[in-house]
Amino acid sequence: MPQLNIVQAINDALRTEMRRDPTVVVMGEDVGVNGGVFRVTENLYKEFGPDRSIDTPLSEAGIVGTAIGMAINGLKPVAEIQFDGFLPPAFDQIISHAARICWRSRGRFHVPIVIRAPYGGGIRAPEYHSESPEAYYAHTPGLKVVIPSNPYDAKGLLIAAIRDPDPVIYLEPKRLYRAFRAEVPEGDYIVPIGKARIAHEGSHVTLIAWGAMIPVALGAAEKMAAQNVSVEVIDLRTIVPLDVETVIESVKKTGRVVILHEAPRTCGFGAELAALVNDKAFEYLQAPIVRVTGFDTFIPQARLEDYYLPDVGRCLKGIEKVLSY
Amino acid sequence: MPQMTLVQAINDALKTEMRRDPTVIVMGEDVGVNGGVFRATEGLYQEFGPDRAIDTPLAESGIVGTAIGMAINGLKPVAEIQFDGFMAPAFDQIISHAARIRWRSRGRFHVPIVIRVPYGGGIRALEHHSEAPEAYYVHTPGLKVVIPSNPYDAKGLLISAIRDPDPVIFFEPKRLYRAFRQEVPEGDYTVPIGKASLVREGTDVTVITWGAMVRVCLQAIEQLEGISVELIDLRTLKPLDIETVLTSVAKTGRAVIVQEAPRTCSLASELIALINERLLLQLQAPVVRVTGYDTHIPYLTMEQYYLPDAGRVKKGIEKVLSF
Amino acid sequence: MAAKVTLQRESLVPFIQILGPDGMANPNDVVELGLKPHDFKALYRWMVLARTFDERALALQRQGRLGTYAPLLGQEAAQVGSAYALKPEDWVFPSYREHAVLAMRGQSWLQLFTYWGGNEEGNRIPEGMRNFMICVPIATQILHATGAAWAAKLKGEKSCAIVYFGDGATSEGDFHEGLNFAGVFKVPVVFFCQNNQYAISVPRTRQTASETLAQKALAYGFEGVQVDGNDVFAVYKVTRDALEKARAGGGPTLIEAVTYRLTHHTTADDWTRYRPAEEVEMWKQKDPIKRLRLYLEKQGLWSEQDEAKLLEEAKAEIAQAVAQYEALPKRDVEDIFKYMYAEMPWNLKEQLQELKDYLAEHGGDLPHE
Ligand SMILES: Cc1ncc(C[n+]2csc(CCOP(=O)(O)OP(=O)(O)O)c2C)c(N)n1
Ligand SMILES: [Mg+2]
Repeated sequence: MPQLNIVQAINDALRTEMRRDPTVVVMGEDVGVNGGVFRVTENLYKEFGPDRSIDTPLSEAGIVGTAIGMAINGLKPVAEIQFDGFLPPAFDQIISHAARICWRSRGRFHVPIVIRAPYGGGIRAPEYHSESPEAYYAHTPGLKVVIPSNPYDAKGLLIAAIRDPDPVIYLEPKRLYRAFRAEVPEGDYIVPIGKARIAHEGSHVTLIAWGAMIPVALGAAEKMAAQNVSVEVIDLRTIVPLDVETVIESVKKTGRVVILHEAPRTCGFGAELAALVNDKAFEYLQAPIVRVTGFDTFIPQARLEDYYLPDVGRCLKGIEKVLSY
Repeated sequence: MPQMTLVQAINDALKTEMRRDPTVIVMGEDVGVNGGVFRATEGLYQEFGPDRAIDTPLAESGIVGTAIGMAINGLKPVAEIQFDGFMAPAFDQIISHAARIRWRSRGRFHVPIVIRVPYGGGIRALEHHSEAPEAYYVHTPGLKVVIPSNPYDAKGLLISAIRDPDPVIFFEPKRLYRAFRQEVPEGDYTVPIGKASLVREGTDVTVITWGAMVRVCLQAIEQLEGISVELIDLRTLKPLDIETVLTSVAKTGRAVIVQEAPRTCSLASELIALINERLLLQLQAPVVRVTGYDTHIPYLTMEQYYLPDAGRVKKGIEKVLSF
Repeated sequence: MAAKVTLQRESLVPFIQILGPDGMANPNDVVELGLKPHDFKALYRWMVLARTFDERALALQRQGRLGTYAPLLGQEAAQVGSAYALKPEDWVFPSYREHAVLAMRGQSWLQLFTYWGGNEEGNRIPEGMRNFMICVPIATQILHATGAAWAAKLKGEKSCAIVYFGDGATSEGDFHEGLNFAGVFKVPVVFFCQNNQYAISVPRTRQTASETLAQKALAYGFEGVQVDGNDVFAVYKVTRDALEKARAGGGPTLIEAVTYRLTHHTTADDWTRYRPAEEVEMWKQKDPIKRLRLYLEKQGLWSEQDEAKLLEEAKAEIAQAVAQYEALPKRDVEDIFKYMYAEMPWNLKEQLQELKDYLAEHGGDLPHE
């Protein structure tokens, strides 16, 4: 089986789906001739031409808004927003239209688009290139939000997202783009949307994370294992719809929860997870839930971002806190 | 003391500040000649003229973006977005700029703007006119988010917001605009941003809410017999008056949060997370959320099924008590 | 040379008029339209029907039997003339004022009442019909139309899209983005701007310092044209030409139909606050319906009896729709949760159950307070 990194896996997913389904198109800024600023759409232009691998004007609302129109008229656009920080210009089209059309039209129309965006910090990028905006989309009814953490899932989830009849926000942890390789099957397979993965089994603490926080979580789990603390790491993979069963089952087993995310804390997705555990497993909790997150500031620029992004050390501190209660 | 509705109190706050401070201007769609679609800016055009009560083109991103520029060059714009559903086109200017300029410029620039927005459901309006989008802005660092529930607070909070050196999202529960009158002092006074109000003291359960839900909760509480409910009106959603919340929940051990907005990843979620983090041992029951559902708010024939009403609040209170 | 083309002052775009306010038209211009007397009558009939619907909707709203409503009074020719040029395979992306367009495209008056009555079913477009839903956030639909037309082009279909919006919409960013994409990709889309002189209270001159709205097209690399929006013939002609050009691969066109909203912006508005009565009176003289009636009468195609009969038929047709509307069954709360996703996720199932339990505790509906 080929060893691919996440960029290659996503590229492979796009190619696989574009070969299988002639209605799939990719569109965005620099996605055609240039193959995408991260090379995620590399060679699609060569294979599928300018009508299916479309270099658009520099215009995020334009990209998402026309993708919606295309979807209504039978295409399946995979729209790229070049960086997480440039999703806001398309926010209105995403929340007022993409998210609502199926509901508003009583199912007559639906919007099977995927909005891909490189996501999160850790690559020493300039301002507006390291954001973690998943909470905005998780709060918006009508969207699905998917965040892979490894090449296998990245390919399988993207194929699932393209085939999904609803709009999917597909956030790609950019610091993992080339961080490692893994075996990725050739051709067609899916990883279902809405199913979390137990990335590491354990019994003392449940550690919930997604995206680029998974390697951090696994690093912490490994360190704790050396102290005979067994940490269960859940990789959510899909934020919405959440695999609440996997989460609650694990919490019932461990009674202790740490939530790990890059985004600012207040009203982040960690808050929702804490609320759900409160709703559904209150009696099982042996300690308050601990959130290890980005701070309620903007993500600093290159020289300070390591102090903002949760690392293994902060994660360990969170685990120790929840254990010491 | 004059009796005012909430919309009159807002108008009065604007007038008071515009008289006091010549750098304060209002701007937005239909805010000048027409006095605003809800009449919140009524009379300002006549008194302050077209340069301080500015009818802008129909462009929310334009309104907020130029207000930011004006603020950087010494004005204090109070920008109106006509309805909650139309904040989205200005989202980029709000979160990528208004919220960040102080931080990015290391304090060299700041953005003392107020973005006023009629907020929430309950007036049988068209689509996109009944949204409760506070969670987006509470999640965004660098913003303040304020929402009054009565005329007195509306005036005092708006004056505070205008004087505040940071960008303030000022949500106005539109179903309360003309719902009742209250004594509102003439002239200048403030209600501080960041302070919740204890609407009612009690010992059995804490109900935390804001905006139009305050009245709904009061209604519910009045219908409950033999239960002592403490009611907190947050008034400011960011920065949150965490002390008032925690002090109350520490006392009662039970909390219900009531909001119009969809449930998932909302301010109610954050409140639960905070209470859980800091008071788990004192909690005698899981905190209950009574909220809008995770759907869009229905059109007018069905919105009453979506918005929490007194019955649902009562049910929430009973649930948290019966645990 | 067909219709009267005048280059106004320094205007960069042509202004087209065929039928004057006095009901007079150059016969050659009319012949060039390729329309027959039955077409003239059909145009007239649609305009009268639309106005009848409009009057009825306003009255229902005033009686509390309908929600906030956006009237079309004065804009009948702009809507009917343009919609008459459409083919069923063309896509229509309306704003919220195009009642006439939607009816001509096959949506029932009942459906329109259902929408304005605040019932989600009003947005359920019949299967197969290429109308999109009413759009409330200003200008946002322009991008959807561009995308749908672009898809048609990419799929090699011979259809195009038309999108309706107002003068105020030209100030929004989405207007720019939509026209820009269409220009770059030569998309078969017609941008139909009803310049009714106001965006609620704000006059056209306050939206843009541009001499005309139509000339904005030039900067996007395609044609813009101004048309007398109260002249149903001229509107038909420019729209048909633009659609034909689009179908033939000639790319987009921006049409600015110069018209006037003769009444309130919506039932929540009061026009007397921001414009003089004389201005409204002046525009009433240019009434689009009166104009066509004068023409038909002069051609001997229309009599008092025809008029009386049509009015009666129109009233009956709308009355029937009102009766159906008022007889609509009570809604099921499941309607709130359905259609959020192709498949209902767990949280919605839970929340629906929560609501159902609550209602059940109160005899099946909300408690009376
Ligand atoms: C994005 C957005 N902002 C504000 C509004 C509120 N609003 C509704 S209609 C309208 C004026 C629209 O003017 P125009 O585009 O000329 O269309 P008209 O109503 O005249 O047909 C405004 C400001 C809205 N619906 N959407
Ligand atoms: Mg207009």
